[in-house]
Amino acid sequence: MDTSGNQPSFAYEGNDFDISAKAMAPHRRITEQVLTILTMVFAAIVIVPLVWVLVSVFQKGVDSLIFPDIFTKLPPPPGLSEGGFGHAIVGTLMTLGVGTLISVPFGVIAAIYLAEFGRGTKLAYLVKFSCNVLTGVPAILCGLFAYSIVVRPLGSFSAFSGGVALGVLMLPIIIRSTEEALLLVPNDLRLASTGIGATRFETVVQIVLPAALTSIVTGVVLSVARASGEAAPLLFTAFNNNFWAGNVWEPVATLPVLIYFFSIIPYKASQSLAWAAALVLLSIVLLFSITARYFSRQKKF
Amino acid sequence: MEQKNVMTSADQSTRLTGHSLEKENSRARVLDVGFWGLTLLLAISAGAVLLWIIVQTALEAIPAIQEFGFGFVFGTTWNPVTNVYGVLPQIYGTLVTAFIALVIAVPLGIGVAIFLTEGFAPKWVTTPIAFAIELIVAIPSVVLGIWGIFVLIPFIRPIFGFLNTYLGWIPIFSGSGGLGNSLLLVGLVLSIMIVPIIISITRGTLEVLPKDLRNGSLALGATRWETILRVMIPAGLSGIVSSIMLAMGRAMGETMVAAMLVGNANRINISWLQPGSTITGLIASQFGEAGRTQVAALMYAGLVLMILSLVVNILAEVIIRRFQNIE
Repeated sequence: MDTSGNQPSFAYEGNDFDISAKAMAPHRRITEQVLTILTMVFAAIVIVPLVWVLVSVFQKGVDSLIFPDIFTKLPPPPGLSEGGFGHAIVGTLMTLGVGTLISVPFGVIAAIYLAEFGRGTKLAYLVKFSCNVLTGVPAILCGLFAYSIVVRPLGSFSAFSGGVALGVLMLPIIIRSTEEALLLVPNDLRLASTGIGATRFETVVQIVLPAALTSIVTGVVLSVARASGEAAPLLFTAFNNNFWAGNVWEPVATLPVLIYFFSIIPYKASQSLAWAAALVLLSIVLLFSITARYFSRQKKF
Repeated sequence: MEQKNVMTSADQSTRLTGHSLEKENSRARVLDVGFWGLTLLLAISAGAVLLWIIVQTALEAIPAIQEFGFGFVFGTTWNPVTNVYGVLPQIYGTLVTAFIALVIAVPLGIGVAIFLTEGFAPKWVTTPIAFAIELIVAIPSVVLGIWGIFVLIPFIRPIFGFLNTYLGWIPIFSGSGGLGNSLLLVGLVLSIMIVPIIISITRGTLEVLPKDLRNGSLALGATRWETILRVMIPAGLSGIVSSIMLAMGRAMGETMVAAMLVGNANRINISWLQPGSTITGLIASQFGEAGRTQVAALMYAGLVLMILSLVVNILAEVIIRRFQNIE
């Protein structure tokens, strides 16, 4: 871009050194633009399936949502229409309840060791390593595990065994999120508490846990959201049931398993019930996830 | 509430009646040590759960291991009537579907992660996109399965037909025209599920890289994309590789999508447009009404899946740890 003729030029005058995009070699400029546009297209592509799934589930689910039948009635025999899946909603709550009761106390107390007493120790490192690997273990293997330690000894499928499978699935998520929550609590609080004569137990239970409570609850909600959509671990633990379950020692229907079974049988009525169940399940899961995310934004410190 | 409690414990320890103070102290100490012991015990147990799962699955599989030995991994029949079991087609299906998912998801995921971190768009654009990507993770796989059966298959059948007609000379698109249920379809849906994993870990990796790297490269006259491709990505490579590993583990272990969409055909088809079978799909579709030997064989298949997923997860974990040490 030498237009300055015979004038003496200095770099800082910028006459001879045009460093604007125009001066770039054309292939570099074009590469730049192509790649930028490409990533934008990629971002759009990734969003498409989400929107598509949400729209389909909503459209097809709303058609077959008949209030209040859907929540109070049992599914019809194959080939007939009408009916609902109230029993599956109750079953989902039962299995999630058992899973939460097992994994939350266990996970929170284990995380207290990792964050409060065992920071930086070899043991804490090993436990965290094992938890991270456990997170990646396929959910269906949690189901096989629960089958092996609960269903086989008791001799029947049960809501309880489904809860055990979900509990195993939730445990590493709860440990990791609780540990992170505890690490966020400022050390001054611990020092102050110890300084006025509190024991470690008092410090943890009365000071640290209350301070980290919001984040811990967020982690629990996220793990419940994750577990509530899982069908694989329930297929041969909670199994299925076409009637209302009396207690946790009986097999129960759950929403994810019901969606699976009803979508693969060739009856229109069953399929539309499956869609309605999908809408209910997806709404529950998204509600939980969004709530948890909303709470996690509220920083305490 | 907390305040009051703190006050009382402080009151107690400043009480001047020595005798009760000692009692108070010893009780507090017992409680304290007991609590420490409890947390330690549960932390160890939490770490041991993984081992317990592995051991338990292996124990359940013993009858099948004794009967079929190592040949189980290379056997191609799965016959509950004669009780002859081999799991090679399922291993093949598991690896192929995970591979297809990665081929689609890796470029997309890394591209989107760059888009979100390298300042190509203002915050008000990237935040909703990031939020939407988080939501993809929340969709239950069984919902993706039903969507796949009734929405995606009718939509994609003509596309598969087109691939088959015009690109049928390539082995992976050969065979008779696609009916929908196929390895490729499962790979596609799995890619939707694993893209968020790649995006979030790659984003995290790119965000924590030292600012000097980017600035130095730009100062030397590199363009934005030259900086990204030659400096940022190589620097964050371990995180990216680790995210790919985790995504692969997730794809191999995903059950419902495979069970509902793969077509459960117990064959090794070279063509991706043909139905196949995965380990997870096999276990899901047969376990409910399996006989004794069949249960052991399915547990053995589960053990094979466990080993596959442990390998990728432990690798991912090790790679990311090494990366953090460099930091």
